[in-house]
Formats: sequence, structure tokens, C-alpha cells
Amino acid sequence: MEFRPEELLADQIAHLIGGVHHVAVGNASPIPATAALLARERGRGRPYVSLLGSPKNTFWTDGARELFDCAGQGRIDAFFLSGGQIDGHGNVNLVEIGAHDHPKVRFPGSFGSAYLYYVVPKVILFRTEHSRRTLVPQVDYISAPGASDANVFRPGGPVALITNRCLFSFANGRFTLQSVHPGHTVEEVIEHTGFDFDRPAHVPETPAPSAEALKLMRETVAPQLAELYPQFAAQIFGIKPQEALTP
Amino acid sequence: MSQIAATLDDALGAITDGCMLVVPREVSGVPMDATRALIRRGIRRLHLVALPTSSLQADLLIGAGCVETLETSAVSLGEYGPAPRFAAAILARTIKMKDATCPALHAALQATEKGVPFMPLRGLIGSDVLKYRDDWKVIDSPFGDNDPIVLLPAIKPDVALFHAAMADVHGNVWIGRQRELATMAHAAAKTIVTVDRIHPGNLLETPVLAAGTLPGFYVDAIALTERGAWPLPLPDYYAADGAHLAEYAKMAATEEGFAAYLDKFVYEKQAA
Repeated sequence: MEFRPEELLADQIAHLIGGVHHVAVGNASPIPATAALLARERGRGRPYVSLLGSPKNTFWTDGARELFDCAGQGRIDAFFLSGGQIDGHGNVNLVEIGAHDHPKVRFPGSFGSAYLYYVVPKVILFRTEHSRRTLVPQVDYISAPGASDANVFRPGGPVALITNRCLFSFANGRFTLQSVHPGHTVEEVIEHTGFDFDRPAHVPETPAPSAEALKLMRETVAPQLAELYPQFAAQIFGIKPQEALTP
Repeated sequence: MSQIAATLDDALGAITDGCMLVVPREVSGVPMDATRALIRRGIRRLHLVALPTSSLQADLLIGAGCVETLETSAVSLGEYGPAPRFAAAILARTIKMKDATCPALHAALQATEKGVPFMPLRGLIGSDVLKYRDDWKVIDSPFGDNDPIVLLPAIKPDVALFHAAMADVHGNVWIGRQRELATMAHAAAKTIVTVDRIHPGNLLETPVLAAGTLPGFYVDAIALTERGAWPLPLPDYYAADGAHLAEYAKMAATEEGFAAYLDKFVYEKQAA
């Protein structure tokens, strides 16, 4: 069955989410949102899914701070972060390129990363542009560090990085190549990655999404997604705006 | 004496040049009619606190030259791309940026809400967000053993400004689930609200509505601005105007385009 790259990524992220109790998705994260809703469909209502900015897909009643308080209580098990730059130590940069007093590029800002990266146990990094521009040896600005000193309270941190080319796992301060997506190669991943990473002698191909996963994404998840990500739902799943479920 | 002002400009009187103004995130009831009115008035040197992020509102105010200091966690147009005037102002160094992280802004306003000088927060240690905030401190927790934790000074805004679905003649404002609007009002010296409509009767007399109501005690001025969040959404009432936001993103990509946007949608100058 043919599938889009976004569907492969969402399917893989759904596997990474696994059997957790509560997964939250931050701003500007349509692929993780697809994955979280797919996981919820498969789990018949579990995990709880919180999509930031979606009145339909959040249960918050205590305002915008509830997400962060909930995470601080240890009640958010999985979250997603991206970055203008991500480096080999798992540091993410959502702020700027260049020197701090005269940056060359400005990104939106750190959002909740400088907190959530520390307190959510399973943070899945995603970046759909896998290049030496985005995956760098050292970020120019640390919005949130991949690891902390032993005395810093840190139950959370990165577990994986998924890109348009491959999937890495993260442990002990380093990335390890887990699989390469169909149509891509290990050599290509090496060529386009700015940081060192570990890899096994044989790197498997990322498995294609099952027919069941694709059907769920296209028929059940996509219309729910259109409330928060109308452009993404239209481009990837062909959901017309009038078909979107309105709040 | 009713808080309901005769005109929008009357209601906005307490927002003066140089004041610290706190506004809500892009999906919580952003007072866009009021924002356009402030730009028309030529407000200057705002210390804008966006709780905890912003989109069109901060970008417009920055582009129109109204902002001296911006304190927030991110400014972006979301699906419609980066916030062009914000990014341009940072690169040109025409605004002072106080980068934060979302829960830090919530916590620092909660400190003021509670009348305490600071609030502790987890995370942050080892980040450049903390490194570049000389107003934030790290202490060893007095209740722990070698447990460093960040302290954030209370944020005390002069004015909180937001848009909500309805208010009543007693000045009570229905904010529903957007509880950060109550935190903003509790923390600010003055609170100004624009609303889509006036609710007949008293919001506090109906228990179901009272739970989502900000009491008029905290509210200084109210103005009626129907669909006053446009083109941003009003939660549970109307969605964002995506076509307009896409048009903004395109026009605001250049300074000339942004000026044309202001003429068309803020100053409402008609072509001769």
C-alpha cells in the first residue's frame, strides 16, 4: 500500500509513544499530533491525548498553565520537541543562529522546552529537514539541554530523534541510528548529519505503516486533525475545510 | 458605576506609553480590535508580556513600532509561518527581547497573584534561556540536599488586556476555561476587557456560569467589540480566519507589504 512520508513518520512516532497514559503535543507539531491521535484510536481512548491549542483535544480547565503543572506533577509521559538546530548531545535550539548579540536568524522562541525537556520522561525529537544545517555538532543557543549535571532534578529527556531520512535512539548522551526510511541509505544519513552517532553493523529499514494504520490515519485521525492543523490535514490527507470537525 | 465604556478608545485609556502590558496567547482571546486601536493611537515603548506566547498581535505591535521590550516564550504565526516583523526587529535589534519559557511566565504572574516576590521553577538549569536572564537566580533549595532550583521574580503588569465572549453590566466577565485570563487580571494593576456581547443579568448569579467568570471586582474597563478577536479565534465561539492570516504572513514578509497591511486593515485608509 502506498503511503506518504508523513504517514511513515507518524506511524513510527505512534510506536515510540507506546503504551503510556498521557501524551501531550505542543505547538506546530502536526506529525506528532497525527501519531498521538493514531495511538489513541488504537488504544480505544488511551493514552489521554492533549493537543496544545485544540479545545476539542484537551481536557484542561485550569488555563494554559495546567499543561506545565501537569508535567511537573509527573502526569505527562510523552512530549515532542523540534528545533532549528539539534546537536549530537541532544541539545535543542529554538531561538537563533549566530552569536547571541547579533544573530543571523531568529526562530520563534523556546516555548515550553526549557522546562518540559527536563520533566517529561519520554521526549521524542522530530525534524523533517534532515541536513547538516539542522543536525549540527553544537547548537548556537541551548533552549533546552539534552542532559544535565547529576544534581539537577531531571526525570525527563530525549529518547529518540525522527527525521525525514531515519530514526535515531538517544541514550547516555549519544544518538544511535536505529533504522533508515525506505528510499534512503545509511551513507546518505552520514553525509547529511552534522554530528557523530553510533550505528549497528546492519541498519534495518524503517517498516512501512500497516494497512490498518493507514486506514485509521486517513479515515479517523485526519478529520480530527483538521480542527487544529487545517493546512496539514488538507495537504497530506485531502481533508477539505468544510469536512473538518468544528468545535 | 459601570465599567462598560462608551467607546473602545475610552476603555483603553489606562494603557499609556511605556507601560507593562500583559496579553494572552494566540488562542485564548486576543483583543485584536483593541490592538488595532492602540496602533492607531500611536502607543509607544510598551513592555509587552505575552502569556506565554503570541502570534499576530505581537507581530503587529512590533512592526508598528509600539514595543520597546518583549517578554515571551515564542512569537510565531503557527501554520502560517514565522512572525516576520518580530524576527526582523530582533535581527535589527530594535526591540529588547526577554526570552522566557512558557511555565516561567505563568509562574512569575502567579507570584504576583499570590503577593509573593518570586516563584521557584524546575527545568531551565543549563539552558541559555537562563544564561541570558540576569533577573533570574539559581539557589540551592533550602528544603533539599544539593538541589539547585531557579527563582523567578514576580511579574507585575500595569495593565492586563484580553478579549472574552461576554460581560455583564456589573463588570463580571465570562472567561470560561481560559483561566490564565484570571491570573493576568489578578496580577495586573488594571484590567481592560473587550467582549463580543453584553450578557443580560448577572453572571455570578448562575452557578454554571459563575465558575467561568472573572468577577467585576478585578475589572476596570470593558468595551463591546463584536468579533473583537478577529482574525484570531475566540475559544468555543469562532475559529481563526486562516485566509486572512495567510494574507498577513505574505504581506508582512516585507516592510512595504507590512505598511500596506496597516493601511488596509488597521488605519483602514481607502484607496483614492
